[in-house]
Amino acid sequence: MSAPQQKLPPGIRAWTDGRVEAAALRAYELVVIGCSMGGMKALMTIFEVLPKDFPLPIVVAQHRYKTSNEALPAYFRRHTALDVVDALDKQWVQPGTVYLAPADYHLLVDRDGEHGELSLSVDAAVAYSRPSIDVMFESAADAYGQGVIGIVLTGANADGARGAKRIKQRGGFVIVQDPQSAESPSMPEAAIAAARVDRILPLERIGPFLIELCRSTSP
Amino acid sequence: MANQPAQILDEQAKADLEEIEIRLLTEGIFRHYGFDFRDYSLPSLRRRVWKRVYAEGLSTIAGLIEKVLHDPQSMERLLLDLSINTTAMFRDPTFYLAFREKVVPLLRTYPFVRMWHAGCSTGEEVYSMAILLQEEGLYDRCRIYATDINEAVLQKAKSGIFPLSTMQENTSNYITAGGSGTFSDYYTARYDYAIFRPSLRENVVFAQHNLVTDASFNHFNVIFCRNVLIYFNNALQDRVQQLFLQSMEMFGILGLGKKESIKYTKVVDHYEDVDPEEKLYRRIR
Repeated sequence: MSAPQQKLPPGIRAWTDGRVEAAALRAYELVVIGCSMGGMKALMTIFEVLPKDFPLPIVVAQHRYKTSNEALPAYFRRHTALDVVDALDKQWVQPGTVYLAPADYHLLVDRDGEHGELSLSVDAAVAYSRPSIDVMFESAADAYGQGVIGIVLTGANADGARGAKRIKQRGGFVIVQDPQSAESPSMPEAAIAAARVDRILPLERIGPFLIELCRSTSP
Repeated sequence: MANQPAQILDEQAKADLEEIEIRLLTEGIFRHYGFDFRDYSLPSLRRRVWKRVYAEGLSTIAGLIEKVLHDPQSMERLLLDLSINTTAMFRDPTFYLAFREKVVPLLRTYPFVRMWHAGCSTGEEVYSMAILLQEEGLYDRCRIYATDINEAVLQKAKSGIFPLSTMQENTSNYITAGGSGTFSDYYTARYDYAIFRPSLRENVVFAQHNLVTDASFNHFNVIFCRNVLIYFNNALQDRVQQLFLQSMEMFGILGLGKKESIKYTKVVDHYEDVDPEEKLYRRIR
């Protein structure tokens, strides 16, 4: 899978460039991550390197079985300095905390004045998925505009592609896992095809890049 | 913000306009039809409104405003989009298990139990509760008031007829929920439908009630409102929680959706946990 045939933004040598161009350094407000098949391992690889004082809240939509158990946040917590919780409705998001979309709900992001707020829905599944990555990404783009960093990871479908496109339309930053490093490449490939993404990075480099990207963001 | 590309500023202007259109739509519906969606949570409202815009063959929310204000039938369709909450029998089976183990023993001490299922949608969870109460031998002294804003879904709920295709999931939920019988004994299969026993709704009163605009209508020992408040913003959640509090007997039980919490509402001090994981609470003041 080669990089998309698009003109590179000024200051970037390649789509896989690990450096952050000056124009991308701004005060971000939220990270949203979507993943499906193979997502557990991919998320872990990113969370492992993020420090406890990571300046942004991270909201994750991972396709999960309806009956998937409650042990998932605890499992993640053992491998990261970040706090990891299952999202509750109307919960305010905090920096350095990971919010997982609960099984069998859509997770949407909103604002309540100064605060980022989570909102759940039991509307019909979108493309057979609930939680849907597109639903989450689109709500984040609508609420945060260019304050959003969206990350599309491994997965065996096309969820997240529409959402990545919306984040880009609204001026946000999109990182896609290099399909070659993905357990299941369809989802990254679909996102790359749908949106003018900012970076395509091997999994191991996403975490360090994220830290670099947020260095001018204060919690 | 001056150095943002024009394209992004355009998108921002579009988003601002969209919000204005949504506000105008809900204001118009409220003034003309009396349904109040003004304090619905914006992200879900936005998705549902756009879904109806496209389904009506329109391209803007402003177009939908014109249509619903002049064509009551399109308002009916929008009302369905805005008020149907998909559910299943024994949705979140562990909630029903906790109810069986922790609440039923309390209810046994009551001579008569009044329950309110607020926002019952198509009724799957009402029938689930009726089955549970029958199995526990409590049904005969219970009355369940099942209400929803939407008359069309109430008709469905009253019929007790559900797609046969959902019975596999329902059966598995029923077992996990601690069901003590055989699930298929509760319905008769006809073509593609499962027709539930009429005895299950003998003590159920189905009625239209709007949580946003209608007042309290009785006092209850149990109030269920599951996965309805998630569609409301904070201010409206607080108002509806006040309504529940006014309608709740002392030591009455409140049951919310699995990912809803009273933690973020103003009534939190009136309740203690019965099962915090399952969002079962008991009024203590």
